[in-house]
Amino acid sequence: MPANRALYEQVILEHNKKPRNFRPMPDADHKVEAYNPLCGDHFTVYVKMNGDRIEDVSFDGAGCAISKSSASVMTMLLKGKTKKEAEALFVKFHNMVTANPEAPIDEADIGKLCVFAGVREFPVRIKCATLAWHSMLAALDGRDDSVSTE
Amino acid sequence: MAISTATADRPAQSAAEETEALTPSEVERLRLDFPALHVKRNGKSLVYLDNAATSQKPKAVIERLDQYYRSENANVHRGMHYLSEVATAAYEDARKKVQRFLGIPLTCEVVFTRGTTEGINLVAQTYGRKNVGPDDEIIISAMEHHSNIVPWQMLCDEKGAKLRVVPVDDRGELVLDEYARLLNGRTKLVAVTHVSNALGTVNPVKEIIALAHAQGVPVLLDGAQATPHLPVNVQALDCDFYACSAHKMFGPTGIGVLYGKAEFLNRMPPYQGGGDMILSVTFEKTTYSGLPYKFEAGTPDIAGAIGLGEAVDYLEAIGMRRIAKYEHELTQYGTELLSSIDGVRIIGTAKEKAGVLSFTMESAHPHDIGQIFNDCGVAIRAGHHCAQPVMQRFGVPATARASLAFYNTKEDLDALAVAVHKVKEVFD
Repeated sequence: MPANRALYEQVILEHNKKPRNFRPMPDADHKVEAYNPLCGDHFTVYVKMNGDRIEDVSFDGAGCAISKSSASVMTMLLKGKTKKEAEALFVKFHNMVTANPEAPIDEADIGKLCVFAGVREFPVRIKCATLAWHSMLAALDGRDDSVSTE
Repeated sequence: MAISTATADRPAQSAAEETEALTPSEVERLRLDFPALHVKRNGKSLVYLDNAATSQKPKAVIERLDQYYRSENANVHRGMHYLSEVATAAYEDARKKVQRFLGIPLTCEVVFTRGTTEGINLVAQTYGRKNVGPDDEIIISAMEHHSNIVPWQMLCDEKGAKLRVVPVDDRGELVLDEYARLLNGRTKLVAVTHVSNALGTVNPVKEIIALAHAQGVPVLLDGAQATPHLPVNVQALDCDFYACSAHKMFGPTGIGVLYGKAEFLNRMPPYQGGGDMILSVTFEKTTYSGLPYKFEAGTPDIAGAIGLGEAVDYLEAIGMRRIAKYEHELTQYGTELLSSIDGVRIIGTAKEKAGVLSFTMESAHPHDIGQIFNDCGVAIRAGHHCAQPVMQRFGVPATARASLAFYNTKEDLDALAVAVHKVKEVFD
């Protein structure tokens, strides 16, 4: 099964089993729920700011391997970033997962996020991959409400 | 599970139940009638186990639609010309076929709708709005599809009425004692599913109806998952309304049936206004048509209805009892197969069950299960199956669901088991 081997990269499976920053954050500045009613993915993303910088970010909840590992990788990458940097990274990520599957990937530019390139082959999984990111952006904007992909 | 054993195990069966199940060689032949079952992906035929979402269509139905559009197409009930007569006759003939298939007493009690959802909304918006008032109650169950929850919620919100919910036990069966307690003088309607789409439970609808009728309460059954798999006779059930969809019973999408007892339908206001549902219109007064046209405003899905008639003929030629028996054996086989795999939990283990195998796996989310299955060429559904309260009841965010039809085989279920092992390989 060549296609899914590409989708479920080892890094994704590993983050799915052992998600990083997978914990509630009682002293979070922002807390946003992420919900994908289609498949029942349900996460909460927590953010603690220090001025314009993300001091700490975590998440908890349940979802598929793609949504969970994407949230996990996201928390690793965003710690210490400014709001602007976080938004710029999301744009890159979003462009990659929604691109034509044949399009070349600039691995040096996208970095660790390139493990999610397989999502391009499965349009229904784009929502899974971007779910936590949407909540994160809402949190950074201070829209502390739930975010749904539907 | 040999057919002869199943029969021998139950010697006290009534004559009607002694029907033989479809044989594997018959099923092999019937599969040839379904072009979509032979769609190849990576050189292999798909294993289609998503029948609760929609069924595949036999050539007879596909060709009937084609024939209608090629040589019979015209509007119905209006034209004075040849084609209109042909189209009207075919459309009304389809109504009679459905009447016979569901054991409906009167032809005028067969209302064509867009599907089960529209049938239920029709009853909520007409019977419901007319008869339900503040503090009245409507009883549904905890295993309903959203289409048999939301229309009643909307009605209750509008009228200040209350929705009461019959609970489900750990096997996925309705708790009938609780149901009996919920019935009271304020109950205006009971709306429950005949067969659960998420759990496969076949509800004891006769008992449910008898209990409601004892208190003078009418009952609507959501038959979307029953009509493709079980013999259904609305007279024997004595239900007051019955809604189903053609596309789940090997017919076209966009068409369905609502049965209602004439005594109810006659007293209900129309659902939508438009052409075909009127006798005469002036700006001062409009007189509505009689049954069933009062509920069929606008040009109906003529081709769809005719296609449904063909699907019903197809099913009757096979025999619903034989289908039910075969699917029962297949369900048992699939249940044993899945239960024997470590880390698989089957959701819905009712004693009376139709061919739905809803399950979760310890190591993988249902969405990931569906993805791996797709790569193995096995089509299933992953998600909440439009039955979120059922998911909540069983404490799962979603399930993977394999749902059977008479054209499925033990080989299909073997492929399902192989795919489950593949999931374990990737995620364990």
